[in-house]
Amino acid sequence: MLRRARDTGRIMLNFLAHRIAQIVPTLFFVSVLIFSLQQLLPGDPALVMAGEERDPAVIEQIRQQYKLDQPIPVQYVYWLKGVLTGNFGESLRNKMPVRELIAQKLPVTLQLGSMAILIAFFIGIPAGIISAVKKGTAWDYGANLFALWGISTPNFWLGILLIFLFSIKLGWLPASGYVPLTENWRASLAATIMPAFVLGNAISAILMRHTRSAMLQVLESDYVRTARAKGLSERVVILKHAMRNALTPIITLGALELGTLLSGAVLTEQIFSIPGFGKLIVDAVFNRDYAVVQGVVLVTATVYITLNLVADVAYVLVNPRLRG
Amino acid sequence: MTDAALPAAAATQAYELDSPARRARRRLFKRKAAVFGLVVISAFILLAALAPLVVPYDPIATSWSLVRKPPTAAHWFGTDELGRDILSRVVYGARASLMAGLISVAIALGIGVPLGLLAGYRGGFVDALISRITDAMLACPFLILAIALAAFLGPSLGNAMIAIGISATPIFIRLTRGQVLSVKAEDYVEAARALGNPPWRIAFSHILPNILPSLLVQATLSIAAAIIAEAALSFLGLGQQPPAPSWGSMLNAAQRFLTQAPWMAIWPGLAIFLVVLSLNLLGDGLRDALDPRQR
Repeated sequence: MLRRARDTGRIMLNFLAHRIAQIVPTLFFVSVLIFSLQQLLPGDPALVMAGEERDPAVIEQIRQQYKLDQPIPVQYVYWLKGVLTGNFGESLRNKMPVRELIAQKLPVTLQLGSMAILIAFFIGIPAGIISAVKKGTAWDYGANLFALWGISTPNFWLGILLIFLFSIKLGWLPASGYVPLTENWRASLAATIMPAFVLGNAISAILMRHTRSAMLQVLESDYVRTARAKGLSERVVILKHAMRNALTPIITLGALELGTLLSGAVLTEQIFSIPGFGKLIVDAVFNRDYAVVQGVVLVTATVYITLNLVADVAYVLVNPRLRG
Repeated sequence: MTDAALPAAAATQAYELDSPARRARRRLFKRKAAVFGLVVISAFILLAALAPLVVPYDPIATSWSLVRKPPTAAHWFGTDELGRDILSRVVYGARASLMAGLISVAIALGIGVPLGLLAGYRGGFVDALISRITDAMLACPFLILAIALAAFLGPSLGNAMIAIGISATPIFIRLTRGQVLSVKAEDYVEAARALGNPPWRIAFSHILPNILPSLLVQATLSIAAAIIAEAALSFLGLGQQPPAPSWGSMLNAAQRFLTQAPWMAIWPGLAIFLVVLSLNLLGDGLRDALDPRQR
């Protein structure tokens, strides 16, 4: 037992070391990619960043701040130095550090995102299981139609339709705005349930498709046949034997859908005027607040890479075959 | 099944006629969903191409006496906040959306496929470098990267297409590379190499044709994603600029007048939904039809 545990530990360490060695260059290219965004600005970047401001002193200050008078590689080194110490620069509009802006908006999106994931799991997984178990029946077609609808509906359209139905016609839910959970949880849930559903809709469709194919595969496996041959009820076979094995990879898939979630949050938050991470990037784009845009993309990419690593490790931990 | 059931003599006779492409086409046409997708897409392409001939009104002509009128016999889809005919704008909007879908995916294919071929065929340092850059791009969520690129490039339909195209590129690099790795060891590639073909010719005339089916499937699905992305960028004001019509910017206006003129929100959204749904159905159908393991 002890030896096995030690071996497992060593294998895990090797795996971790290997994955982290892969992450470092990826993060480096992410930083280069995001830094190079500002090279795309047409004309003199200092002038563009200053926007409406025509005061030469302000423009000169921006030039100094971003080292725009230095060669590009030097600018990159200065920028990276800042980023590595948690300094993403400051917003040109309200003079707040980008880091603080992000820290302020992130919890809002976190709440919205967790609710969306929860909704997606509650719809997507049962729908996937039912359509696999009842393959070829009306249930299966219904679930597949639902998945197609979920994948093909632009979430900003769905959001607008829901606002029309639930806020304007029925008057049940607020059309926009946000209340923090800690302030008033009822009002907070009322304000976020529609956007969370809009956000969860597409992900539940993706989850449904993955659950369905994983279940179909498992239902054809030998151990399910054995369980049936033992005379176990179909209910026990599906819920205890098939589902457990089919769902392991689905759980980690949740982490990988973070990109879909954050992309979706941009428009969802815009439509419902929710002051989160997505709204932050849109406002920054409108205000030509380029440091904020870069900061948001950088944080998003880093979170994505980290979550991927966590998902990989979790997958190895729950899957005994990969532990060796 | 049916192929195997054919008598041997008939099978050899039919061999010349039954190319893989033809077989795939037959399988595709057997799927009702894929045929539906193909029909709807063709209809939208036709509408977009013939837009000036089919629309009842000038899509940018404003009229103060027609501001926000619900659907009537004269204006089937109603009019918008400036009194413009919504039907005409939806038809013209198809031009922007379909073009954005096609051009941005063409950009993604044009950059992604050569890089994927290079990475997969060369291996070594080149592969490691391209793969890490791909990872870095994939770490930025598709739409967020597209928004950031469009923001820095400046708002216009052309820049939106470039932004979406670049954001869609890493998928094609990764797909091409993976496919190259799996066919690289095949006998026909080995034979082409033994005959002394230069690497670029092996990559383009021996490997590329064999990975085309999977690229075609991905391209179809990517066009759907690109159309949604263009609508999203236009919704945010980063795509097609007013007064030129696009489905995304029409939805933006619709949200502002949702209480007074809800019909404004229906048609552009429905158009996006139908086009994207059809492309997804077609992509799924193509995947099944082109995969030789599927019967």
